[in-house]
Amino acid sequence: MRYSALSIFRQALSGNRNWAPMWREPEPKPHYDVIIVGGGGHGLATAYYLAKEFGITNVAVLEKSYLGSGNVGRNTTIIRSNYLLEGNEPFYEFSMKLWEGLEQDFNYNAMVSQRGIVNLFHSDGQRDAYARRGNAMMMHGVAAELLDREQVHKMMPYLNYDHARFPILGGLLQKRGGTARHDAVAWGYGRGADSRGVDLIQNCEVTGIRRDEAGNVQGVETSRGFIGCNKLALATAGHTSVTGQMAGLELPIETHVLQAFVSEGIKPVIDNVITYGAGHFYISQSDKGGLVFGADIDYYSSYAQRGNLATVEHTIEEGVSLIPGLSRVRVLRAWGGVMDMSMDGSPIIDRTPIDNLYLNCGWCYGGFKATPASGFCFAHLIAKNEAHPVTRLLRLDRFKRGFAVDEGGKGPQPNLH
Amino acid sequence: MASLITCPHCGIRPKEEFSIRGDASPVRPAAAASDDAWYAYVFVRDNPKGRIIEHWHHSAGCRRWLVVERDNAASHEVYSVTDASVHAKGAAR
Repeated sequence: MRYSALSIFRQALSGNRNWAPMWREPEPKPHYDVIIVGGGGHGLATAYYLAKEFGITNVAVLEKSYLGSGNVGRNTTIIRSNYLLEGNEPFYEFSMKLWEGLEQDFNYNAMVSQRGIVNLFHSDGQRDAYARRGNAMMMHGVAAELLDREQVHKMMPYLNYDHARFPILGGLLQKRGGTARHDAVAWGYGRGADSRGVDLIQNCEVTGIRRDEAGNVQGVETSRGFIGCNKLALATAGHTSVTGQMAGLELPIETHVLQAFVSEGIKPVIDNVITYGAGHFYISQSDKGGLVFGADIDYYSSYAQRGNLATVEHTIEEGVSLIPGLSRVRVLRAWGGVMDMSMDGSPIIDRTPIDNLYLNCGWCYGGFKATPASGFCFAHLIAKNEAHPVTRLLRLDRFKRGFAVDEGGKGPQPNLH
Repeated sequence: MASLITCPHCGIRPKEEFSIRGDASPVRPAAAASDDAWYAYVFVRDNPKGRIIEHWHHSAGCRRWLVVERDNAASHEVYSVTDASVHAKGAAR
């Protein structure tokens, strides 16, 4: 069914009892052209673009739990393309352009809201760094504005401008940045893939990768039996090392937990997305009124989808130091997601040493904004066996060859990216 | 994650006193080792799910490097904390 204002009106007249399920629940077939492991945002987007853009529809997405149960449902929903480096900026800008047409493209309300993102700076050196980043964006045709203190004050009067140690001197604004409704992104891609013939198979955990004598992948062992495939694609960020080791891959990844928080609903106050330059705090306000925020990872390796109370305290201290009024807001919920922290802070979309095994991983905690471009470029790679131009630097072998894409300049220590 | 770490030098301390370096299992190769050996040491991680060892620095305490053995899958339980030099001697044996 195609969604429209008329369909909503019609269904309302019948008490909303006749909506069809958004996707089928098929039994797995014995063999597919392509199997995608991971029914999160990136896996579902990959399936969608494989079917829609590249005409490959004999595809299964295998998800160990329910669709969108991982990080696509656990993030702070920020979308942006304000990166510095050549390997990143064109990719994230491609993603931003896909976000801008996404809802019309997949006929689903993902609540994409281009409310603008401001990265605050608090020292002369930081202003220079943001000016450089804004210039790098403009060299790739992406608009950026360097705001001074008065301009930021006009937009956001509630910030702590005269903090003794970290006064706000200004910010870098990307007006096209903003937020989207994370669950709806997964559902929209899932529905679009399903309607084009992709089998979305839930509660189907991959437990092994079967390979022939030449080393090529024949299929996967799952909790619902063996399923064969011509090409296997891993989109299991957070657990990439677990699935990668089933095929003996050497990976530049450590898994860490990142927490996020939402407050009780309050009246509209934060119109944009704000990031705190003196800490790692970032915040926006959902359409329902809750303040959605987060900060650093917990720094220790973890596969558990929950974090430590000390990090909760640290996050909220950062928040209150930036926005004193937050001290009177109550936190409603907190949760954790597990991240592939890569050795340079940038993702990997590449082929692997195994001919018919494809890898999408290393998203650190920036994977949500990348969902559309990640899916599109991964589908391109799987369909054509060659990298999409905007992911040509996001290779698996870049560390060995000395071409890391280290946006933060922090070196090969995953918990610092 | 346990909120308390038992430092072998300082006793039971809050985890905020420590900074965390990461996986303690890679062993530093000889200076003249091959590029492949250095690549594996610097960039490749087994990243197991379960019982792991990690380098922690007691940066707000005795400033010794420690090896913390713990669970990273569900319980976050800490099994042992050893001075890194003691751990290295044990591993060499």
